[in-house]
Amino acid sequence: MKKTNLEISSATEKRQRISYGLVLLVVGLFIYLVFGLNTQAGSMATFGMNLSGSQALPIPDLVIPALPAIYAMVLISVFSGAYQLARGVRSTGWLVGIIAVTFVMSFLMWSAQDKSFNLTGMLSSSLVRATPIALAALCGVISERSAVINIGIEGIMLMAAQVAVITATVTNSLYVGLFGAIITGGLIAALHAYLVIRFKVDQTVSSVAINIFGAGTTAFISSRFMQSSGDALNNSGTFPIISIPLLAKIPVLGPVLFENNLIIYLAIILVFVMHIVLYYTPWGLRTRAVGEHPKAADTLGINVYLTRYVNVIIGGMIAGLGGAYFTVGSVGRFDEAMTAGKGFIGLAAMIFGNWNPIGAYTSSLIFGFADSLQVKLQILRIPIPSEFLLMAPYIVTMIILTGVVGRAIPPAADGQPYEK
Amino acid sequence: MSTTAAPAQDTGKKENKRNALWQELLIPILAVITGLIVGAIVIVASGENPFVAYGALFAGSFGTPADLIQGIQIYFATGDSKELLSAIYPFTESLVTATPYIFAGLSVALGFRCGLFNIGAEGQFFIGALCSAFVGYSLKGLPMIVHLPLAILGGALGGAIWGAIPGYLKARFGAHEVVNTIMMNWIAFKLSDWLLNGPMKASGFRPVTPNVELSAELPRFFPDPLRFNLGFFLALLAAYLLYWFLFKTTLGFEIRSVGANPDAAKYAGMNIVRNFVLVMFLAGGLAGLAGTAQVLGVDHWVGQGFSAGYGFDAIALALLGRSHPAGVVLSALLFGFLRSGATDMQSMARIPIDIISIIQGMVIVFIAAPDIIRWLYRIRAVKKEETVLTRGWGK
Amino acid sequence: MTNVLELRGITKRFPGVLANDKISITLRESKILALLGENGAGKSTLMNILYGLYKPDEGKIIVRGKEVDFHGPNDAIAQGIGMVHQHFMLVPVMTVTENVMLGIEPTKNGVFLDKEKVAQRIREISNEYGLEVDPNAYIKDLPVGIQQRVEIIKVLYRHADILILDEPTAVLTPQEVEGLFKIIDTLIKAGKSIIFITHKLKEVLAVADDITVLRLGTVVGSIDPKEATSEILATMMVGRDVNLVVQKLTAKPGEPVIVIENLFVRDERGHMTVQGVSFDVRKGEVLGVAGVQGNGQTELVYALTGLLPLDTGTIHLLGEPIHHTTPRNILERGVAHIPEDRQRHGLILSFPIHDNMMLCTYYKEPFAKGISLQPKLIFSNAEELVKQYDVRTPNIYVNAGTLSGGNQQKVIVAREFSRPIELLIASQPTRGLDVGSIEYIHSQIIKKRDEGTGVLLVSSELDEILALSDRIAVMYKGQIMAILDANTATKEQLGLLMAGVHPSDTPNKN
Repeated sequence: MKKTNLEISSATEKRQRISYGLVLLVVGLFIYLVFGLNTQAGSMATFGMNLSGSQALPIPDLVIPALPAIYAMVLISVFSGAYQLARGVRSTGWLVGIIAVTFVMSFLMWSAQDKSFNLTGMLSSSLVRATPIALAALCGVISERSAVINIGIEGIMLMAAQVAVITATVTNSLYVGLFGAIITGGLIAALHAYLVIRFKVDQTVSSVAINIFGAGTTAFISSRFMQSSGDALNNSGTFPIISIPLLAKIPVLGPVLFENNLIIYLAIILVFVMHIVLYYTPWGLRTRAVGEHPKAADTLGINVYLTRYVNVIIGGMIAGLGGAYFTVGSVGRFDEAMTAGKGFIGLAAMIFGNWNPIGAYTSSLIFGFADSLQVKLQILRIPIPSEFLLMAPYIVTMIILTGVVGRAIPPAADGQPYEK
Repeated sequence: MSTTAAPAQDTGKKENKRNALWQELLIPILAVITGLIVGAIVIVASGENPFVAYGALFAGSFGTPADLIQGIQIYFATGDSKELLSAIYPFTESLVTATPYIFAGLSVALGFRCGLFNIGAEGQFFIGALCSAFVGYSLKGLPMIVHLPLAILGGALGGAIWGAIPGYLKARFGAHEVVNTIMMNWIAFKLSDWLLNGPMKASGFRPVTPNVELSAELPRFFPDPLRFNLGFFLALLAAYLLYWFLFKTTLGFEIRSVGANPDAAKYAGMNIVRNFVLVMFLAGGLAGLAGTAQVLGVDHWVGQGFSAGYGFDAIALALLGRSHPAGVVLSALLFGFLRSGATDMQSMARIPIDIISIIQGMVIVFIAAPDIIRWLYRIRAVKKEETVLTRGWGK
Repeated sequence: MTNVLELRGITKRFPGVLANDKISITLRESKILALLGENGAGKSTLMNILYGLYKPDEGKIIVRGKEVDFHGPNDAIAQGIGMVHQHFMLVPVMTVTENVMLGIEPTKNGVFLDKEKVAQRIREISNEYGLEVDPNAYIKDLPVGIQQRVEIIKVLYRHADILILDEPTAVLTPQEVEGLFKIIDTLIKAGKSIIFITHKLKEVLAVADDITVLRLGTVVGSIDPKEATSEILATMMVGRDVNLVVQKLTAKPGEPVIVIENLFVRDERGHMTVQGVSFDVRKGEVLGVAGVQGNGQTELVYALTGLLPLDTGTIHLLGEPIHHTTPRNILERGVAHIPEDRQRHGLILSFPIHDNMMLCTYYKEPFAKGISLQPKLIFSNAEELVKQYDVRTPNIYVNAGTLSGGNQQKVIVAREFSRPIELLIASQPTRGLDVGSIEYIHSQIIKKRDEGTGVLLVSSELDEILALSDRIAVMYKGQIMAILDANTATKEQLGLLMAGVHPSDTPNKN
């Protein structure tokens, strides 16, 4: 009667193994039927590796025979499926990765057959488009690590974007605009924190109020003041691209990583800084304790309320930086509702990244990739209506939230107001 | 767990209850008034006269007494009803504007009762509109008695399915409905972009659907240009039915139980999954009816940007109305009147209608943090349980 | 003999409640003061004041002759006061070292955490006081007894010499309690002074040098342990003569009501917490499931009530399989459940009492015709039950949240007993209740058992198990170690089984 854990062959484990295995087989079949049969034999997919205007050393384009590549993907998928059915792999992450990679690669081969497709350009725009999502995600991470939910990131980014462009245009200085955006983000987040901590307002309700208020205020100011005086208020210019000497010369990686503007560099630096602070400093330890077990932190003399205030405000400042990206980091003017849901997608990236900075950034990169893929595919004029491609990031978000791709565990006290 | 050492003193129980009820009504009223005051400040800040602005608002919502009197006089004198009709036009327009708000507010309120935050009312509205328009223009030659209910049903069903999807994801996987319903909104917008530029496009340049058949139009009570139609009464009916459903039936009891304490509900044998999906289905249906009422009763076609913020307004309505159907109706009427008048305020006083969103955001905050109102107006708090509306990221 | 700590005239009021009323206690140096009182007597509030978490409305705290004013736990810690909480203040996803250093972290270069330094100090403390623990282990992986050691190390790390132990034995097996007493001994010998808070009379008599009894927020009296007996202490605690033994007739067990075979259940995180459990409960008997909390009892009960799916195994209720059916189905077949966490699972606190009274049966006649609720019948049902079970409430329309713990439990009992039941599952039914309510709940359980209902009693209070049960099953790490006859089982036997010692290894088993 005394069986150990290992000896028990659990029914649920078996079920999971079989279902994943079947999924992999089905994916392989799908790739064959949809992509394989629709690709001309002998067609070549050309992947451009150089970005015009870049300092990188030019390298020859990557030319891949499309059909054989697709068949290779089919084989990988089917083989993994068979292996999974027979033996089973512990980590579902690997399996999901295989599904994603084979599917995407085949998709690319099929779309790019007999056409040219600038791969480096797409990777570069993935990183760029990931930036606002990543900044939103980082805001979420630091806020929720101290157990305060903030779904109002979208509203914060909108307002920060508008402040950035107006102050930058008026003072003719991009840095003032950036500064204004960060301050705005901090202030609004402070308001959210005040409502949530002092008045114990439901955190979701407060966030939604911020979103409504943000959308309304920015639209109001936009139509009342900015449309009439476009040049005086809505023409800030953007941060220039800074090439890092030497590193920018590396082919592919150079243009992608080392030829970007200030905001994008700041985002990457923030990821590392946040990671170090959160896991290697006293402040980070206390923040995490406050997020997991605030009562324990309280009994050790840590000021739970203060910790939450500071973290939420810092998060707001990061979101403000994210907002600045949209205007002074991208197009140089403000359009209504220009954040287009990136604040929410950032939250999905945070969840997918398991509430830590590096995970959140990696997830944002995936979303950025999806976003720029959809643009590139429109250019390639593949026979799918553009609106469906535009839907893709949102659908992907929903799939991720179901948690079939690994279960993410939030900080234990997330969303609960602290009562002394 | 009770840590009392001495039993609690029973201090004036009846007085407590009366105070609590009074506050239930007083605080929403004060919240709205305070919101309007904030709006006035914004108007002043943009360089306009708040009295002129709010005057235009009032005239736009209710009409002016002078016009009304004149209209009545002329009607009784000459039998010409034109003046009278144009005098009551603002009032009827406000009711028309309020109609989708009632439906949408009920949708969000129902969600709240079950502990679900339905931010997807916007998308459900639009899908409902598209579905009802589709039934409305594609079926020809049917009598109204058949066509109209069918179109209404189509719209309700479209919205219901749109709501049930995130409901199911929440029930089965614990995926938070806030982000999912927002995603569904964006998907709905993109989907409608495609539909309005493609399969559902009427001939011509504009991305709009063809007009619905006459047999699918909600009947109006007055000649053009008054647009007051049956939809308003359907909305009131829906509010009554929701009241009966929530408070007088076993299903409603379950829904409220799940919203108040899902753990206890599960313990008592209630099926949480079924309730989440049911509620989101019904809530989606109600929001879909909002879009349906707008299409079949007012515009008779669907174009881009159709839903324009109804979903978010509905959140404010539900909160203001304390998630009770009666409260929602009253709040919806208020917002309908405000919005209707705001278009006049925009044209006459040049205040963008987005100011209503600003006021709304403030009202939500005031309702959700009643202590702010209490502090502003020096009202003593009554000890009451403040319900938590939502819980963290899942389960 | 110096008084290392004195509380004089401490008074604390909360809205509607006088939690502490002019309480004065004295702690002598290097001695153990036992603070005795039943649940709700005001002990925890008093200790929270001493530890700086609350400020007293009146009264003084005097540490080593000097009056002090605490603004927060840091002040108390600075005075050498350390508290080991009843519900551990440990962050499960962090390591022992991280938990110990929280709030006073040493740093390298002023920026980075210096975990090695803390780990080293932890090892030193471990050796000095016999508190073996791995500094790099995660709290969630440690058994409860070891977690308690971490709590003690936390206070010693902060140089505490006045230790407050709040109900420290609540989660320990009898053997672990022995171990704790040894550690307490070492601490006293090292010069520490200890306040030992408990409601368990036998422990008080075992360790205390001084005893002070609290009741309803005031000090009832102090007594010398040499002169005290369980009966005297119980009477002081409750204020009247307490019957420590439950009256019951001899059991006449009948047919099995529920038969469980080879049950395996995973908890919500996927760990297999019930590993091959088999037993039955017969009509007219109480089967007590003893064991320290966290050994699978909770998941076992969830599986029996349909709230958790089972991995493998079968459950038959009166011959019918119920292992793949819904909670509602199980309820309808006559299973009643008094849940462990009454506020979370048993009641909807924001609903009125009359709604809570029909929470399980609202969809049936007479409370509903079809889908339409029948308010008059709902109200009359609630009125009757409130009278029958003596629930202290102004009326049936108030929210359940306004009731005291004991009355809330009565509502649950009233509801569960008001329908025909074959099996009663009671999980920790008297946790946190005052003695009067405990007596009442116990008598209700025995009443049901005498009526022929089968009772499954899950409790971590051994005294309760021994008092009520006819047979006793001991659970350890998800398995039933043994099922004993309650008449002949001894506490020592049970203690060993609860600690995982296999019955065949137990000496003097009769």
